[in-house]
Amino acid sequence: MNFWLVLAVNSITFGGLLFLLSAGFSLIFGLMRIPNLTHGSLFMLGAYIGVTFVLGIRGFQVNFWLAALIATMTVAALGALAERLLLRRLPGDQLAQVLVTLGLSFMAADLCLMIWGGDPISVPTPTDLEGFVRLGVLVFPAYRVAIIVIAVVFAGALWLLLERTRLGAMIRAGVDDPDMARVVGIRVSQLFTIVFALGAGLAAFAGIIGGPILSVYPGLDQDMLPLALVVVILGGTGSLLGSFVGSIIVGFIYNFGQALLPELAYFVLFLPMLLVLLLRPQGLFGRHVP
Amino acid sequence: MNLRVLALGAALVALVTLPYWMAGIYYINVSSQILFYAIFALGLNVLVGYAGLVSLGHAGLFGVSAYATGYMLQLGFGHPTAILVALVISMIAMAIFAALSLRSTGIGFIMITLALGEILWGLAYRWISLTGGDNGLSLKSRPAPFGFSLADANTFYYASLIIFLLSLAAMTVFVRSPLGAALKGTRDQPRRMNALGYHVWAIRFFACLFSGLLTSVSAILFVYYTQFISPQTLALTSSAEVLLMVISGGAGTLLGPVVGAGLVVVVKTVVSGFIERWNFLLGAIFVAIVILMPEGLVPGSVRLWRRVWGKRGRDAGAGVVASGAEAKS
Repeated sequence: MNFWLVLAVNSITFGGLLFLLSAGFSLIFGLMRIPNLTHGSLFMLGAYIGVTFVLGIRGFQVNFWLAALIATMTVAALGALAERLLLRRLPGDQLAQVLVTLGLSFMAADLCLMIWGGDPISVPTPTDLEGFVRLGVLVFPAYRVAIIVIAVVFAGALWLLLERTRLGAMIRAGVDDPDMARVVGIRVSQLFTIVFALGAGLAAFAGIIGGPILSVYPGLDQDMLPLALVVVILGGTGSLLGSFVGSIIVGFIYNFGQALLPELAYFVLFLPMLLVLLLRPQGLFGRHVP
Repeated sequence: MNLRVLALGAALVALVTLPYWMAGIYYINVSSQILFYAIFALGLNVLVGYAGLVSLGHAGLFGVSAYATGYMLQLGFGHPTAILVALVISMIAMAIFAALSLRSTGIGFIMITLALGEILWGLAYRWISLTGGDNGLSLKSRPAPFGFSLADANTFYYASLIIFLLSLAAMTVFVRSPLGAALKGTRDQPRRMNALGYHVWAIRFFACLFSGLLTSVSAILFVYYTQFISPQTLALTSSAEVLLMVISGGAGTLLGPVVGAGLVVVVKTVVSGFIERWNFLLGAIFVAIVILMPEGLVPGSVRLWRRVWGKRGRDAGAGVVASGAEAKS
């Protein structure tokens, strides 16, 4: 009983992290029509930068949440810069843009290895969330519950941003029909930069708050990118709801797969993706086939 | 044309006599590597260059073939059986791979092949009872066809050369055949080809199988060369390396990928001798080539040369080529 419950909580926690990671991935894909292959690197970079400030650098040490904020902002700025300086030079050529993101991801991975070395770094749990939360007779680790709460809050905030603000309406218009959006006077290319920065920031944030659970190690990017891909193929591109549902599904399959079939966990993870590709290529909530 | 034949003839003579003028076994081994990676690049070029389908999962297929060979040998089968089974298994894997990824083209194809490649990588890494996980599989011996032991560097080089030349010939025949022309048609105008009565999906499927065959052949040479296979061979970086060979040399040209394979292997070997940062360099070259010379190194260098030297190269013919290249990028 307890085993299954712990597994379920872990699954939802992991799903929450995946949502933060894949929401940006999905939006970038929806708007720019490219899978951003640096997304795993942004996640890892966020975790590395965050942990550097948590553990302290040259005597400069900050609290966990401030470190998370610094990491998020830095990586968002890097994302905006990459979009402005590199992807912007290849307008409309999606294939070339994908290859550029691929090249950037290798550079980022090697840079991280150079700066932070090959040993895994464990991220300390924020001190105020080290304990447990009691719900009746059940006991949950506070930090995992906090991640779930954060993911839900972010999902709500993103939904509000997309559905209730002018910027969100412009992004939705760009996702649905970029040419038409341009015609009615929306500067779609400016939206590209904003969405890229937003996605990068979300990925970095997921990286650092996932740190106490996953720790940070070289290869983290290669572990996370396929998961984001699966979530987006499952849920459909450009759909927030799709990312949310997809993340929870993948979170459950990943954790249960690892507990029950450790050798085949990775394979089991991709089965629902294959099913979706065969039966509903646009994804569960997507509108068009990528 | 005559100059071209002359150049190709000279290259052939250089390749055949290579063990006699190349200094040392180390360099002969590097040459063998270039040859089997060139076969791999030829295989990927069938899809990237001629079908317009960019696969980021080819290292996965490469790995299936290599692991199949290694596993069969470990079970105690002989070399011919192991090679045959590896070919059959990788063709089946390629058929499944193609059936899934051909549901989409363009970016969708990239995503699906990437995901499939990662599945295969994950299997190699985690399915420890079959693949040995991170420890990989070791091969005890190289085969000795017709009494020539491939354990010798020179013999291995010649075996690679013969298989490379056969692959190149097969590729030439394929590209010039009606099927090759039809494949280029599906790359440029899939709808028109469909309207003309061609079965676009079947043509692409066949191209995938041909690509898979070349990939598998190169993988078997690879696994006999290194006598070791580990999950690293299936990683995304390996898929990117071979894609870099194709696009750096020039996708959609017969010899471009061969040149690209030579370049990448040489740069990788030389760089690895001095610094550890090969992956960083790989990424940087990738970004630079895609942004500066997307049509490949050879045509791209010509274009950059013209841009730098401005008006001097601007005769009528050059102008057409340059503007064509710029329109394409």
